[in-house]
Amino acid sequence: MSASQAPANVAIRFRDKQIEMAHGAGGKASRRLIEGLIAPILCASASGPLTDAAYVNVGGGRIAVTADGFVVNPLRFPGGSIGELAVNGTVNDLAVSGAHAEVLLVTLVLEAGLETSVLEAEIRAMAQAAERAGVVIVGGDTKVVEHGKADKMYISTTGIGRSLPGVRVDASSIRAGDKILLSGPIGDHGITILLARGELELEADLRSDTRSVLPLVESMVAACGPGIRWMRDPTRGGVATSLNEVARDCGLGVVLQEDLIPLRDEVRGACELLGLDPLHIANEGQFIAIVSAESADQALAALRGCEGGEGAVVVGEISGQPAGTVLVSTEYGGSRVIDMLVGDPLPRIC
Amino acid sequence: MKFVDEFREPHLITKAAEEIRRLADPKRHYRIMEVCGGHTHAIYRFGLKDILPENIELIHGPGCPVCVLPMGRIDDGLAIADDSTVIFAAFGDMMRVPGTHGSPLEHKARGKDVRIVYSPTDAIKLAHSNPDKHVVFFAIGFETTAPSTALTLIRAKALGLKNFSVFCNHVTIIPAIRAILDSPDMRLDGFIGPGHCSTVIGCRPYEWIAQDEHKPIVVCGFEPLDLLQSIVMLLRQLRDGEAKVENQYKRVVPWEGNRAALKAMAQVFKLRPYFEWRGLGFISQSALQIREEFAEWDSEQRFTVPGVRVTDPKAAQCGEVLKGVLRPSQCKLFGNECTPEHPVGALMVSSEGSCAAYFNYQHRKTLVPLTMSISA
Repeated sequence: MSASQAPANVAIRFRDKQIEMAHGAGGKASRRLIEGLIAPILCASASGPLTDAAYVNVGGGRIAVTADGFVVNPLRFPGGSIGELAVNGTVNDLAVSGAHAEVLLVTLVLEAGLETSVLEAEIRAMAQAAERAGVVIVGGDTKVVEHGKADKMYISTTGIGRSLPGVRVDASSIRAGDKILLSGPIGDHGITILLARGELELEADLRSDTRSVLPLVESMVAACGPGIRWMRDPTRGGVATSLNEVARDCGLGVVLQEDLIPLRDEVRGACELLGLDPLHIANEGQFIAIVSAESADQALAALRGCEGGEGAVVVGEISGQPAGTVLVSTEYGGSRVIDMLVGDPLPRIC
Repeated sequence: MKFVDEFREPHLITKAAEEIRRLADPKRHYRIMEVCGGHTHAIYRFGLKDILPENIELIHGPGCPVCVLPMGRIDDGLAIADDSTVIFAAFGDMMRVPGTHGSPLEHKARGKDVRIVYSPTDAIKLAHSNPDKHVVFFAIGFETTAPSTALTLIRAKALGLKNFSVFCNHVTIIPAIRAILDSPDMRLDGFIGPGHCSTVIGCRPYEWIAQDEHKPIVVCGFEPLDLLQSIVMLLRQLRDGEAKVENQYKRVVPWEGNRAALKAMAQVFKLRPYFEWRGLGFISQSALQIREEFAEWDSEQRFTVPGVRVTDPKAAQCGEVLKGVLRPSQCKLFGNECTPEHPVGALMVSSEGSCAAYFNYQHRKTLVPLTMSISA
């Protein structure tokens, strides 16, 4: 997430005494840290909601800039690896901001003792992901820290993109009645990582969904650019956190229809067992789009016509009330409020 | 998903809800306590309050193990964790529960070796892979989790494991229900009986509730249809003026319980003379203690624990909420000083805690659009 645009209307003071894992989990605590401490000092002059990328004017042209950091453990997991994630994640932040990634800068922080073969595999993974996404890696930096001072390797990226013509991602353009689209099944990445850590004796045939969503975004923009109000890739904190953010930013409500939310059985099973909500689980290759009601059919058709977009669905809509809230309603008429993720998702005992 | 989807079938849920509306006497107000925190969680998660008639009030009971543990015991556990040779292993639920000087998670952030485990046997694995450390497993829970702790201790003894012990905080469900029924400010019509816990103890231990207290109790599963069916069964008993123990959760709960689990518990644990519960105070013979034969693996025997009684923050009304006297939102701190992010009391931490469930899933009934059309 880019912190270059701080909200002017909310004054949150960061009062936590120390940094904890929750501050990096992408939920409420992360937001409080950014809005309450980082943005007010570093980006005091900027205004507007937090977005995935910042738009800046350079020499008369409008470009999108984003930065991202990757600290995943384990480095390799079914369906991907940290290198692939770094490239796709950066490309996706730009894509959902309505921009086509052009160039990337990549910084590697390496722990002394890391095997060269492991590093080389990740560099190759980055090169391949960049080629697939059509983006050029033009430079970066490398640092090495003492053994034990980092966990094998961290990657930090900067991405620069040009804005896609005919689309403007802006939460304030959202209206009641707009439709909420999801590009495919959710939770694959987060659950894959949880299982790949090997702490749970659960096995499932599941792969991370890491991929560039740019082709999907581009085809949707081509089909109904002006009808697209807002997009986001729901990474840490999951769909629930992204939708809570947009509900707050646009001052309207979000209503999801539970039975329409696409979910693989493996993800559902793991979430049921561990007491996790799939709406809080991270994704690396899906995105949410809010589109005008009139454009919904067109947007959906465009997504479904793309390779990898066949599973796209409408999962809900924007409502006038209750403002700033995400509500999940069930087929049988029950409903619940779903908040942002608080802290890390922790499994329940019983 | 088998054994799940069948119990979330919308048309069956609608039918059960209709039956409840048919059975509920509009002139009566029903106060039904769901004893187990897992039920509280399910009721909110599935939005069941929305489909129940107004005159059926569900009261959240004391069956959330994390919630009933008094702060002094958390402090005791964390005092053990302060020892630099100790790896302190606990379930995920415990990690955010506040002690006087912060939660286990905050202790971890300060550099203490605190680990999340998913089962007590994971703690044994930790002991094997860290032979120069002593692993303390923070055991909590009702009869649901006590057997797995018992088996772990039996295994530790059989292996002759020297660097492993258990800080035992297991409690038993029956004394808690008795304390609720003894409470003069509590008026209840019946109980939704705990499901998981009954897989171990069976249904017989509840018979006194029906016979002596004349309250119906239905042991219940955790899916929406389970809960609604149990309410139907309770309403039928109340309509007919009956008070029986019924088992709605037959697919999992045997009437006589799980003999092997009970045997393991009896081998390893004995009842403590008394134990403090948050909100309910000291209850005699309500908690489990590790027997002398297993003293070598009892953290309370191996470490000096402060054993100081710590009262909850004054303004917090966790006790009243735990007893069902107050609804979570009626607590003075609810949603202001006490939120899932900055919990003052444990009820705001555990996903089974009624405050957390209420806060996370609370329903703003008047504001909710009831129908939604999905055109695309």
